[in-house]
Amino acid sequence: MFKFAIWIIFAIVIVLLPQFFSSLLSVSILNQMAIAIVFALSYNMLLGQGGMLSFGHAVYFGLGGFMAVHALLGIEDGNYSFSVTLIPLVGGLFGLLAALFIGSFSTHKAGTVFAMISLGVGELIAASSLILVSFFGGEAGVSGDRTYGPTFFGYDFAQDLQVYYLAAAWMFIATLAMYLFTQTPAGRMANAVRDNPERAEFIGYSARRVRLISFVMAGFFAGIAGGLFAVNYEILTEQNLNAVTSGNVLLMAYIGGLGFFIGPMVGAVVLTLVNSVLSHYTTLWMLYLGIMFVLTVMFLPSGLTGFLMMHRTPWHLGKIRLLIKPYIVTAIPGAVFALSLVAMVEMAHTSEAEFVFLGASFNSSGPMSWGVLVAIALASFIALRRSLPQLREAWAQANAIETGDQP
Amino acid sequence: MFEVMIFATLNGLVTGLLLFMLASGLTLIFSMMGVLNFAHASFYMLGAYFAYSISLYLGFWPALIVAPVLVGVLGGLIERYGLRRVHKSGHVAELIFTFGLAFLIEEAVQFFWGRATKDYRSPDILDFPLFTLFGQNFPAYKAFMIFISIAIFIALYFVLTRTRIGIIIQAAITHPHTVANLGHNVPLIFMAVFGVGTGLAGLAGVIAGPVLTTFPGMAMVLGSIVFVIVVIGGLGSLAGALVASLLIGLLQSYAIASDLGMPDLLNWLGVSFERDHPLNDIWRLTLPQIAPILPYLLLVLVLIFRPSGLFGKRES
Repeated sequence: MFKFAIWIIFAIVIVLLPQFFSSLLSVSILNQMAIAIVFALSYNMLLGQGGMLSFGHAVYFGLGGFMAVHALLGIEDGNYSFSVTLIPLVGGLFGLLAALFIGSFSTHKAGTVFAMISLGVGELIAASSLILVSFFGGEAGVSGDRTYGPTFFGYDFAQDLQVYYLAAAWMFIATLAMYLFTQTPAGRMANAVRDNPERAEFIGYSARRVRLISFVMAGFFAGIAGGLFAVNYEILTEQNLNAVTSGNVLLMAYIGGLGFFIGPMVGAVVLTLVNSVLSHYTTLWMLYLGIMFVLTVMFLPSGLTGFLMMHRTPWHLGKIRLLIKPYIVTAIPGAVFALSLVAMVEMAHTSEAEFVFLGASFNSSGPMSWGVLVAIALASFIALRRSLPQLREAWAQANAIETGDQP
Repeated sequence: MFEVMIFATLNGLVTGLLLFMLASGLTLIFSMMGVLNFAHASFYMLGAYFAYSISLYLGFWPALIVAPVLVGVLGGLIERYGLRRVHKSGHVAELIFTFGLAFLIEEAVQFFWGRATKDYRSPDILDFPLFTLFGQNFPAYKAFMIFISIAIFIALYFVLTRTRIGIIIQAAITHPHTVANLGHNVPLIFMAVFGVGTGLAGLAGVIAGPVLTTFPGMAMVLGSIVFVIVVIGGLGSLAGALVASLLIGLLQSYAIASDLGMPDLLNWLGVSFERDHPLNDIWRLTLPQIAPILPYLLLVLVLIFRPSGLFGKRES
């Protein structure tokens, strides 16, 4: 019952979102999020649920997307006619076929061998896409137009907002389907094979078969994401199936948290938001993204969702308020330290004499402004270091189960 | 045809030996930690950039020594304070950490040196043709590259098999606990090997920078190829890495130098095709066109038919 309510709330939220974020920019960000969520969830079917680390998941996203653009072109040329709402399904089916073919030889083993095959196949297809010009369009890519198909209850999908509802509907369906897949025997066996393939074989399951099923499903949903991408942007290029896109989806899933179904969704939303907001303010956003990623792997190995889920025990023990004060005491110097470093990086990078950061103005070449920033950074770092023991103690207290007094 | 073959062989040898300098470090690090270091080629790029900056002030020859040392120290520090921390979260986390590191180093290089290609040149003293064959020059700098690579290979082989340190390293790879029980500091050995491996990658960058151009994408260009080599050669096998490096270097070099393609094959088979056939792109492929994808093709084939690689013993 509770789970059912969550899905209803999720549906209501995605329907209402454009009411609150109605500007053109925010609708386009919402579209990106919907696509990213489907893609990241499909990736987690491999890595999180199936234990297969893939460095070439963009292949299925890209191939699905390219096929979807060709379907759009087919509609445009009048070869056949069907609604644009079905285009993502075209992408999904093509992604499924590609995954079936590649998975037939790559899922023998998990671990390093699988990771390397996925890398090799990814590079192979990305490089071939520049050679096979008639399908991939070479450097320029292939572009189509989504408005030629028959209208869907009067909608022709000329506006981004209409595309949002299309993408959101597909995202909802795909998310629900992927969630339900985790509950099926095949989804459960994927977890079993991830944790101990040998035992799974002893019960009588073929580890390879189980992996192949996950792999094909992941390819299908990645293809759907690619199809949504094709509808949204109306163009696909080599960029959409190369290693950068594959790396991006790994980043989203990992930062969100691999161990939870909702993790990649959180990662997709957070990273899309961070990308669009940061890239608006600074040209160095990729650098910050890289730092964020490395720090997440080092300090939050279970991702953002994993970090939140760590608070379940204190929550159930009713001791979550013990953590509030130490968190604030640590977060303030932490934020100041991070911001002062960012200010120094930006100041070193800027070419203008006057450097404005958070309303404060600095002379970018003056030793004075460097001195101030270094002093702030040092002071906040010392404060941060000093606050850590208290935080650790509070954490231990909040997780301690009291025994003795109770009858 | 003959002169083309000779120069293709020489160029393939240069590329292959250069690749080996990267692959040798990568494969050593793999046999130690069981993790492929995605950022290995990034250290190669750092080597080139460090050498470029140093050569502006001190010239090429000091850079040849200082830049690899700097890269090696940086690598050691990253192992000590980054990788070792992630180690407890498992292999996947380690692999992802090095992946993030590669991303981060590329961005950092763009931050410090900018996006444009750097004018990093080979020293003037080596700027002459070593010999002229069939009217084509062979630059002395390429011979110098071959010389350095072979010297490194011999030195590495000597250290690993003939010295006490090498024997301890070899033992630490296979039996870390026993070596630790004998009183050796195994984490320190790991850190040192990581440092030396990344330092070798840095050295490769120093000598390759002037030939293969120094730009922020140079790690991406070589990174996945080095991976391919290590996997084809067999993870953890130094000899395999050498053979695979030369194989890939020569293969690519011959493919680029040749002018054969599908049209020749089809003519030879007596098959004709129409120009507007949907598969036209495939029928018109030539070897130089597919040269960049040959290593990946080889990788996929090797992994399907012999997952342990040519010389490898273990599979994962």
